[in-house]
Amino acid sequence: MTQQYLLSIYQPDGDAPPPEVLDPIMANLAALNDEMRAKGAWVFAAGLHPPSTATVLTAKDDEVLMTDGPFTEGREHIGGFTVIRAADLDEALEWGRRLALVLTPLSVEVRPIATG
Amino acid sequence: MIEEVFRAEYGRAVSVLTRVLGDLDLAEEAVQDAFATAMLRWPVDGVPPSPAGWIITTARNRAVDRLRRETKGHEKHAQAAVLRGESEPEEVGDVPDDRLRLIFTCCHPALAAQARVALTLKLLGGLSTAEIARAFLVPEATMAQRIVRAKGKIRAARVPYRVPRDADLPDRLKAVLAVVYLIFTSGWPDRRALSDEAVRLGRVLAELMPDEPEVWGLLALMLLVDSRREARLRDGEIVLLADQDRALWDADLVAEGQDLVRRCLRWNRPGPYQVQAAINAVHSDPPTDWHQVVALYDQLMAMAPSPVVALHRAVAVAETEGPERALALVDALDLDRYHLFHAVRADLLRRLGEDPRAALEAALGRTDHPAERDLLRARLRLAAADQQDRADGDHQGERDPHPDPPGPA
Repeated sequence: MTQQYLLSIYQPDGDAPPPEVLDPIMANLAALNDEMRAKGAWVFAAGLHPPSTATVLTAKDDEVLMTDGPFTEGREHIGGFTVIRAADLDEALEWGRRLALVLTPLSVEVRPIATG
Repeated sequence: MIEEVFRAEYGRAVSVLTRVLGDLDLAEEAVQDAFATAMLRWPVDGVPPSPAGWIITTARNRAVDRLRRETKGHEKHAQAAVLRGESEPEEVGDVPDDRLRLIFTCCHPALAAQARVALTLKLLGGLSTAEIARAFLVPEATMAQRIVRAKGKIRAARVPYRVPRDADLPDRLKAVLAVVYLIFTSGWPDRRALSDEAVRLGRVLAELMPDEPEVWGLLALMLLVDSRREARLRDGEIVLLADQDRALWDADLVAEGQDLVRRCLRWNRPGPYQVQAAINAVHSDPPTDWHQVVALYDQLMAMAPSPVVALHRAVAVAETEGPERALALVDALDLDRYHLFHAVRADLLRRLGEDPRAALEAALGRTDHPAERDLLRARLRLAAADQQDRADGDHQGERDPHPDPPGPA
């Protein structure tokens, strides 16, 4: 029986790094994703558009309030995520560690998924 | 008798039951149930030949009964897992030891440091939440919440219940030793339950991981520091090493600690705990060979550099090269928030004939510990008297510049 984990990537708001910086990072990320697939750990992964493109919806008394997002204030937001499956936290943390190394200096949050 | 068995065997019983039941809370409940049964039965039936085996077997049977009642045919797989455990041979004398797994789970680096300490004391030491809360001076509700949260994370995030693989072992073992040492130092100078528990855990670790020199180094360090426990406080006041009544040192602990230090030296795989133990072994063999102490601190700085280690090294340098050189070393350290930094400065200033009162006030402003505050206040009184004598001496030229310390108030 395995457990799924959400690996969230936190990154500072603002422009993405220039291609000469970003391209090798993306290549390493693709390689890591391939390795996750090969090992049967990969479930899903996605990169996100900037938080300025987000819209927040909140319902109250059947009315849904719409605000220009993102939901949380602050200078850092989730820039992408990977869902993996692992036998236990140690295995998940090892993938998370690899992801954090590829994406240095961004932080990676590892969180168990409750359902599914 | 039951109290003794509880202290000695609680952690072992919880560790075995956690493996069998796959859950820390269920394991704790089952073991507590078993001890409650023992309280009723042992005074009547007599203490069984293997108390630990009796507790574990009883706890397991209780857990199986309870799960049968509660599941009533539902969750067959959960029941089946327990029943498989039940079909193992009854423990009599030879109880399997899962404590190492439990220690590594409690000290998992994904848990906050405070949570690691609390879980280790609760699950391995059998201390109650109330006892742990008292020891760390936090409300019981806060400590209970800390423990519940940590257990919840272990369950939901699936912190594994196993000894780490070899590649991870050095780092994970460091985390375990840090927790045990933190428990030990939290017991200083007067919370004996904590330092006793740390020494007991140190002995368990040494028994379970006999090939790890740092495990023995930590045990030796704790034994040597502990050997001076009775001499360290007089009427609730801290007595410094040089002023201690050596007759109050525990000779057995000194001998055992020094023996372990010699064993570590023969191993020749030094580490920070072994070096700290060696420093304490030098202190345990008075008069202290300060050149050796400085050399050991040099070694410690090379393997685990920190401003606090540099501060302790400077204290030793004061003995080998004089207070002036030591003060220069201390003044270069960025430790303003640490009370001991100011206390050491005060002592060096006093020895250089300068006024230590501002440094003593700074130290007082940075510690809440009653015994330490008493020591600092006593030194302040001394310094004030000293300065008064100097002032008087300038006018009259006939007072002894080094009066005896004032007696206890």
